[in-house]
Amino acid sequence: MNTSQPASLAWFARHEISLVWRDWLSMMTAGKRSREPLVAVAVLVFAALIHLLAYFLVAPLARAGIVPDKGTLALVTGSAFLSWTLMLSQAMESVTRAFYARADLDLILSSPASARRLFAIRIGAIALSTLLLAMLLAGPFINALALYGGLRWLAAYGVLSAMAAVSAAFAVALTVGLFRALGPRRTRLIAQIVAAVVGAAFVIGVQAAAILSTGSISRLSALRSEAFVSRMPELASLLWSPARAAMGDMTALAVVLGGSLILLGLAITVFAPRFGEHVIAASSVSFSPKEARRRVPGFRAASTKRALRRKEWMLLRRDPWLVSQSLMQVLYLLPPALLLWRNYGEDIGTLMILVPVLVMASGQLAGGLAWLAVSGEDAPDLVASAPISARAIIQAKIEAVLITIAVIVAPFLIALAFAVPRLALAAGLGIAVSAASATLIQIWFRAQAKRSNFRRRQISSRVATLAEALSSILWAGTAAVAAAGLLWLAIAPAVLTPALLAVTWMIRPRPADTA
Amino acid sequence: MSPPSVALEIKGLKKSFDRPAVDGLDLTIRGGEFYALLGPNGAGKTTTLRMVAGLLRPDDGSISVFGIDALQDPIEAKRVTAWVSDEPMIYDKLTPYEYLEFVAGLWSIDAASAEQRARELIAWLGLDPHAHERCQGFSKGMRQKVALAGALVHEPRLIILDEPLTGLDAGSARQVKDVLVQRVRGGVTVIMTTHILEVAERMAERIGVIDKGRLIAQGTLDELRRQAGKDGSSLEDIFLDLVAEQSDAA
Repeated sequence: MNTSQPASLAWFARHEISLVWRDWLSMMTAGKRSREPLVAVAVLVFAALIHLLAYFLVAPLARAGIVPDKGTLALVTGSAFLSWTLMLSQAMESVTRAFYARADLDLILSSPASARRLFAIRIGAIALSTLLLAMLLAGPFINALALYGGLRWLAAYGVLSAMAAVSAAFAVALTVGLFRALGPRRTRLIAQIVAAVVGAAFVIGVQAAAILSTGSISRLSALRSEAFVSRMPELASLLWSPARAAMGDMTALAVVLGGSLILLGLAITVFAPRFGEHVIAASSVSFSPKEARRRVPGFRAASTKRALRRKEWMLLRRDPWLVSQSLMQVLYLLPPALLLWRNYGEDIGTLMILVPVLVMASGQLAGGLAWLAVSGEDAPDLVASAPISARAIIQAKIEAVLITIAVIVAPFLIALAFAVPRLALAAGLGIAVSAASATLIQIWFRAQAKRSNFRRRQISSRVATLAEALSSILWAGTAAVAAAGLLWLAIAPAVLTPALLAVTWMIRPRPADTA
Repeated sequence: MSPPSVALEIKGLKKSFDRPAVDGLDLTIRGGEFYALLGPNGAGKTTTLRMVAGLLRPDDGSISVFGIDALQDPIEAKRVTAWVSDEPMIYDKLTPYEYLEFVAGLWSIDAASAEQRARELIAWLGLDPHAHERCQGFSKGMRQKVALAGALVHEPRLIILDEPLTGLDAGSARQVKDVLVQRVRGGVTVIMTTHILEVAERMAERIGVIDKGRLIAQGTLDELRRQAGKDGSSLEDIFLDLVAEQSDAA
């Protein structure tokens, strides 16, 4: 393919790959080229660690021999579908960005080059980037299976490619469908919310099914359960083709791969020529919603801190995309809520599972909200130039975050308090320290950013992300052990977490040079 | 009440990043004065004003705002100061009306009087039709007007504006200028940086020229003409000569 022929497919492909690569590299290195060797080492270490994890998880199974019976096929198919929903979610995000991010589109659309070719390449690039992310996570497991279960398992990479192609095709079709049905103004928001919910819906659905059928929160137990497997079609069904293909059935692989590529090709042929029109339509719409308010309330008297808290809540409430992103953890609380409802007053052992889940979710949620309030401040100069101390500003923002968490978890804690007060106490304390720890970490590592970069916040400081996750896990562990009545055992993680926070505080970046 | 004789007094102000940005700056601005601070790119104008607004801590020197030591008592100094940057600091998800309510809360202004003032400002700046629309999608001019209304709603005695007219159309620029002139007539002190020298020439009572972090000239337009030995020249000619002289001297 001649990539030097201007405006050809290959030329656009080279341009896109170069942009994607530079964007990824800049994201990983925070724009500092000196960090490239460090990033390379980190990627290798991450790959080694995830291979090690994969080895421990799947090598024993692979050595024992995996038989393609109905149970195995159901498990593989269910797991693949779980992964596919996440891939679809990612692809929808990418398609929405392609519609609404202007970037270089003004230049390209105003040039005599064929926009159809560019969008064909961009749809292909969406499939490719979705595949790369999936490979990063699933690759080590496939490698371990191939090493200990036979090379036939390498066919799973083909299935992964097919899943990426189908997710890109579906994402384009869904987004264009939304665009035509709802118009450009609503599509951006709805598509982003759908993308977020799609990623979580199936996981939550399977967990809910597991709770209702087996009383367990485990997704795997649901997919393995007798009830589930017995309802599945017979072995000869086409439904099992992807699973069979992943396990090395070459005919099935050819069908799956061929079918998916045809689907992607169709999506490109049908939608790429119209993409340019949609992009132009998206750029010509005003996103300023008119407030159809019958009565405008007068100014409410407020202290400085109250004004700040109210502003944080108002901004969050008015941004459904941010709500859908930051409150994703709340969606994951639905299965525990179901568990609580199902076992209320009956099974203390099962209710105990709620304690670490609530503590962990609160920590993660607090981290996200604290990032929005502290780093995602849209008018930092305005707030800093107001007659209020920096400490009071931070206090008000912490209060805004912690009150939000309290409102979300209160129903769980109240219900738990009536059922098993000891569990409610452990959960309440765990939630408080977990949320406070995550908030503190976000304050120590604050860096001015746009709220729209919320999903990329983990990239800006990997130390903060890691510390936040570890502190949430450790507090969840502490609370779980304490809830089980093993107070002595809880001492170890309870001591370890403040130590982790102390280390995180010591390696925090130098405070910004502000007054 | 007549304005105090000195609104802002800066002495020996220093701030370095990789190199000195402000290098021993001395500056005195009288109360009720419209002062334009000019200088080439990177001269230290914005750094100086950010230090006055309490957004940046100086390495050395002193800043006094209406007799309040802004480094010792920043809260009190901020209470009488407003800062407007070239990039309007507003929230996309708030309406102009809600934004002004938030700013009034930040400055702890009585709700009833703040609301009255907000309504006047919204009408005055021609924001009435958009007062209850969220700011997302507003043009640069409208955003700047909302930010300016925010700066005025708490009735500051000192307004600091960094390139407030950049990117505004003629109508919006006129409205902003009219508001500033009206405030100065009411006794408020305005300090403004601008690259539009005609604006400084027409609006400012005194003009300061800063280069390499130091004040190289200051005075009324006539005083600057005399200083440069160029009677009848435009501010642009004087400014370019002063900066060129400074470069030659370096």
